[in-house]
Amino acid sequence: MVFLGGQVLPGNVGRAILGPFADQRAVDALNHSLGVDRPLLVQYGSWIWNFLHGDMGTSYVFRAPVAPFVIDALGNSMKLALVAFVLVVPIGILGGVIAALNFNRPLDRIISLGGLSVTVLPEFVTGIILILIFGVWLRWLPIAAAWPKGAGFFTQLYYLTLPSLPLFLVLFGYIARMARSGMIEALDSDYTRTAVLKGLPWRMVIWRHVLRNALLPTITVIATQTGYLIGGLVVIETLFRYQGIGSLIFTAARGKDFPMLEAGILTIGIVYAVATLIADFLYSVLNPRIRLGAEQ
Amino acid sequence: MSATDTPVSLPTPDTAQRSPWGEVLHSLSRSGTFLTGLAIVVFWIVCALFGQHFVPYDPLASDIINALTPPAADHWFGTDQLGRDVFSRVIVGSRDILTVAPLATILATIAGTALGLVIGYFRGIVDDIVSRVLEAFMAIPVVIIALLAIVALGTSKITVIVVIGLSFAPIIARTVRSAVLAERELDYVAAAKLRHEGALHTMFVEILPNVIPPILVETTVRLGYAIFAVATLSFMGFGIQPPSPDWGLSISSNYGMIGGGFWWTVLFDALAIASLVIGVNLVADGVHGAFND
Amino acid sequence: MTDPRQATNALELKDLSVAYRVGRRNRAVLRNVNLTIKAGEAYGLVGESGCGKSTVALSVVRYLPRNGSITGGSIALDGKDVMKLDAEALRRARADSVSMVYQDPGKALNPSLRIGRQLTEIFELAGITGQAAEDKALAMLNRVRISDPASVMQRYPHQLSGGMQQRVAIAMALANDPSMLILDEPTTGLDATVEAEVLDLIAQLRRELSASILFISHNLAVVANMCDRVGVLYAGMLVEEGSTRDVFNDPRHPYTVALLRCLPRGGQRKDQGRLDTIPGFLPGIGANIVGCAFADRCALATERCRAEPPPLYELGDGRLSRCHYHDKAQSLPRATPAEIAAAQPKQAPPVLQVEGLNKTYASHGRPLRAVKDVSVSLRPGETLGLVGESGSGKTTFARLLLGLVPPDDGGSIELEGKKLAPRLASRTEDQVKAVQIVFQNPDSALNRSHSIRHILSRALKRLGGLTGKTLDTRLEELVRSVRLTDRHLVVKPRQLSGGLKQRVAIARAFAGDPRIVVCDEPTSALDVSVQAAILNLLADLQSRQDVSYIFISHDLGVVRYLSDKIAVLYLGRIMEFGPSEAVFSGPHHPYTEALLSAVPKLDRTESARIRLDGEIPSAANPPTGCVFHTRCPRKIGAICETQEPELAEAQPGHTIRCHIPYDELARLQRPKTLEPA
Ligand SMILES: Nc1ncnc2c1ncn2[C@@H]1O[C@H](COP(=O)(O)OP(=O)(O)OP(=O)(O)O)[C@@H](O)[C@H]1O
Ligand code: SF4
Ligand code: SF4
Ligand SMILES: [Mg+2]
Repeated sequence: MVFLGGQVLPGNVGRAILGPFADQRAVDALNHSLGVDRPLLVQYGSWIWNFLHGDMGTSYVFRAPVAPFVIDALGNSMKLALVAFVLVVPIGILGGVIAALNFNRPLDRIISLGGLSVTVLPEFVTGIILILIFGVWLRWLPIAAAWPKGAGFFTQLYYLTLPSLPLFLVLFGYIARMARSGMIEALDSDYTRTAVLKGLPWRMVIWRHVLRNALLPTITVIATQTGYLIGGLVVIETLFRYQGIGSLIFTAARGKDFPMLEAGILTIGIVYAVATLIADFLYSVLNPRIRLGAEQ
Repeated sequence: MSATDTPVSLPTPDTAQRSPWGEVLHSLSRSGTFLTGLAIVVFWIVCALFGQHFVPYDPLASDIINALTPPAADHWFGTDQLGRDVFSRVIVGSRDILTVAPLATILATIAGTALGLVIGYFRGIVDDIVSRVLEAFMAIPVVIIALLAIVALGTSKITVIVVIGLSFAPIIARTVRSAVLAERELDYVAAAKLRHEGALHTMFVEILPNVIPPILVETTVRLGYAIFAVATLSFMGFGIQPPSPDWGLSISSNYGMIGGGFWWTVLFDALAIASLVIGVNLVADGVHGAFND
Repeated sequence: MTDPRQATNALELKDLSVAYRVGRRNRAVLRNVNLTIKAGEAYGLVGESGCGKSTVALSVVRYLPRNGSITGGSIALDGKDVMKLDAEALRRARADSVSMVYQDPGKALNPSLRIGRQLTEIFELAGITGQAAEDKALAMLNRVRISDPASVMQRYPHQLSGGMQQRVAIAMALANDPSMLILDEPTTGLDATVEAEVLDLIAQLRRELSASILFISHNLAVVANMCDRVGVLYAGMLVEEGSTRDVFNDPRHPYTVALLRCLPRGGQRKDQGRLDTIPGFLPGIGANIVGCAFADRCALATERCRAEPPPLYELGDGRLSRCHYHDKAQSLPRATPAEIAAAQPKQAPPVLQVEGLNKTYASHGRPLRAVKDVSVSLRPGETLGLVGESGSGKTTFARLLLGLVPPDDGGSIELEGKKLAPRLASRTEDQVKAVQIVFQNPDSALNRSHSIRHILSRALKRLGGLTGKTLDTRLEELVRSVRLTDRHLVVKPRQLSGGLKQRVAIARAFAGDPRIVVCDEPTSALDVSVQAAILNLLADLQSRQDVSYIFISHDLGVVRYLSDKIAVLYLGRIMEFGPSEAVFSGPHHPYTEALLSAVPKLDRTESARIRLDGEIPSAANPPTGCVFHTRCPRKIGAICETQEPELAEAQPGHTIRCHIPYDELARLQRPKTLEPA
């Protein structure tokens, strides 16, 4: 699909690279050497085949294999995403749980409205504001994400803090909101009433009976958020001048470097698919109704 | 027939009976979230419509001598690198985004509702295929879809509207579909079949009015995201094009200088986007609450 | 019962008032309820939906919804004031002395924990852990007579049937040996056969344990069988109280009198007169009540009633009645005259003739025979009652007739001698309007976006082929025929009560002069007082328009009242078919016998108890031979397991599917004649 998208883009590839004034014969020759004059399906088939074998094609712009670029970028993006994820999943869930336990009280209002507000802001807006605050005025954190060569783990983390914050904020509201509504539903359920009326201590009711049922739906949501997260990466990596998969796609799109673009997007697709698989797996492990099927 | 013919009386209402829509309006009018959001949105709409008449400077007029002056009495928000008045640009900057985003949302709502009604009502193979395609489509971040399409089609407001509209349509379609799936199991749909009503009547006269609430909620939420997306695309250089004083665009051309301390060239635009997006989402939250309590 | 707790009352409510906060206002739901349950006693609380029964229960365990609050009075459990307990003491009270079981056991159990875990945690509270707790849990499951308790311990709730889930819930409630057990509609929503078993279980456990019981139900007969004393709740007030026998045989409040008259009893039939009804509605919550709460609906009401709220008069023998004229309560005039134009028995040719109808669904790749080889016939003006447990194929059969689902090939449906196409789309306009339906749930059946006028006009236009003036005239007639008025036309369904909505649904079904109307549980979502009015209406319409009904209900009393013929279904097969009187008075099929025996009777006559144990088999995997053999109490031997019996004619027009010959069935069933419903 992405591939087709790349192909229907106008702009004869050879023409795009050589510029409008190049000789038509040169353009044709380049097109042939790049293989872009073969029928679409043939190109597609061989491209997928090669991709699966680790050969992602050759960049039009760099005239070099795409794979090292993509793998490098993916590694960088993973680091950034991981920092955001590791922070946001527990904090988001905690926020939702706390809000639900304080249903309709001021703390709930603050978390819910605050979460809603930060979630809906575009990453570049929160990014800019955070840069101004922490990078320009307070000067606590570096405003570009690229760390010096050979930096250790903590230095890298230091450089990644600011860029990961906008991602954190965008996801926080979602996760907190899902966790909150799952909690409220579970708290209002008959089985929670049963647990309370058994005389179980409140903590045990929450831990054993409420949380598990409440957080099941949240798990699925977290996985679908990978898509948003990646979209956010494009923006964040551009804003912080970070060499990740997002900025790779962005640069490739600008330069009409289709092999690079396709490889980048297919990689994203695979990451998304894997995330969804993991979520489905977790969901079915945690949910006996799916694991064991309905016998009745 | 004798006494059995005494007609049954209406139940004595214990609350003043309002129509369902009256009730929604009533609860909206008492929702602080909704009213706050509405005030913000209305403010920006007024700016978009009439801003150019009351701003102190022409937002496009450059004045190189006074470039990059910090906020002061004659330029409340300072000036940018071409000496243009930031305050005037922020006020008028709402115009393009408030044209493009709502139009994109309307497009998404119409396309998504029609699609969702059809696949929800007919189910079967059409639904399976379309739903799969929609799912695959939704897996790709909107920014990237837009990026690709805009690279392919070139940048123009129309492209942005179409791209955002069409990439949001599946999301609305999914909401409508699940609402329709629930509705079609209700007995009034069977009753319509037992009158030999056609599919169009059943979809549009019987089912559609009942799925309006989720559509409305989803539409307001989508409007927030449309603003999000337009701003982001403009920031990335794929959206609204110069010389518009658009916020995302301004940030994009000025943020390179924040290291130099020229914070006023981006801060106010950022806050403007933030306020508009939050305003729309407060409205959406209020609408959601009003339909679901 | 020599109980040390004898001295104190198990539960004592004093002037309990509860309100729910709706739209920023506190609305009263319970108004000064006084109620005492002695140790070891079973107390029944009855009343129409919405009168506050569950609110009483939830107040006692201090688990009101978020917006609910106790606005006055006190609650004492075992002499301890529940409202003064702090969180920890309240928790201990719940752990030690009070338990509750409620409707819908599927939701009451935690879906993601094994049954064993949900039971052992109760014992862990008491400090019993590990194997000891497991043993105790197992013992508890044995106690509620669940089959194969060891494997139940390992299962999750969704792997159990509704009846088993409720047994587990009861086991959990009794695990702490409570002094007070609250049961809020514990059998509502279960099949009658399962209900009977669960009620038996509760009755038995009551004898074994010492718990006092607060039994809440809308079903008077259930309470009559389970309780020593009973209280009648109306608009959040106790209006009558006394021993069960007294209250049900000699009611002293007009409301109780009227409620009892609404029920079709003692095999009453539609041609023997109308049921009585209660006009009007329960006051809404928070209503401002001056005088007697029942005055608007009471035929005995006087000026005094409207001005002066009646106190709870003490009538001696522990009897109470909140009526100024309690001594005259029994002379309450009927709200609906009993006499009815006797329908003329006709010998017209059948309006409906169904032959060999089958429907197979696919379920997890396996065929599921939802309806198997069903043949019935029905004359104009007759009612065919369909009975059977859930999953027996009643609704599928109705949908086949309507053409909403296509039957398997072969088999035929004939309407007035002409074959009906299997699919609705290929039926003619005349055929479509001739077969209509009244659904169970009017909220689902009426489009909530449309006004009543729109709903009925559309039906008249499509089914009656009317337009313009004639449509308006006919609309008016139609509305009057279901006893609604013009004022009801302008509103949307949600502004009407359940009974009124059901009238609209009936009007819609009658818009095109139908020949057959399917009524699929048309009254089971309604209160008895409203149910009676709907049944009367259906009977009236039938005698006037000669329409035939296919009437589906789980309430055998109701089916008997309205039906001329009965078909008893089990796993999609007809087990018995014949004239209503013959089927009900017997001799009948062993399954019919069990169904009848499961019906709780108001007069507490201990009839021969025939209980079905075991689960209803899955229709996807029916038993061999006679499909009923896994549960049949009269099974005669191997032949039942290997050979499916024929639906044989026992008497002219009365067929039974059983290997036991008719005379033998007659002999077996004779000694204990059943007096159904
Ligand atoms: N949380 C709530 N908020 C507002 N009103 C409520 C709430 N819960 C119940 N009610 C209303 O209070 C009244 C009494 O409710 P309750 O559930 O106690 O009645 P019930 O006798 O148990 O009815 P049913 O037979 O339907 O179970 C009803 O009118 C009901 O609609
Ligand atoms: S007090 Fe009056 S209105 Fe109330 S029940 Fe008695 S007779 Fe009827
Ligand atoms: S055939 Fe056998 S198992 Fe079936 S109903 Fe008759 S006696 Fe029971
Ligand atoms: Mg209740």
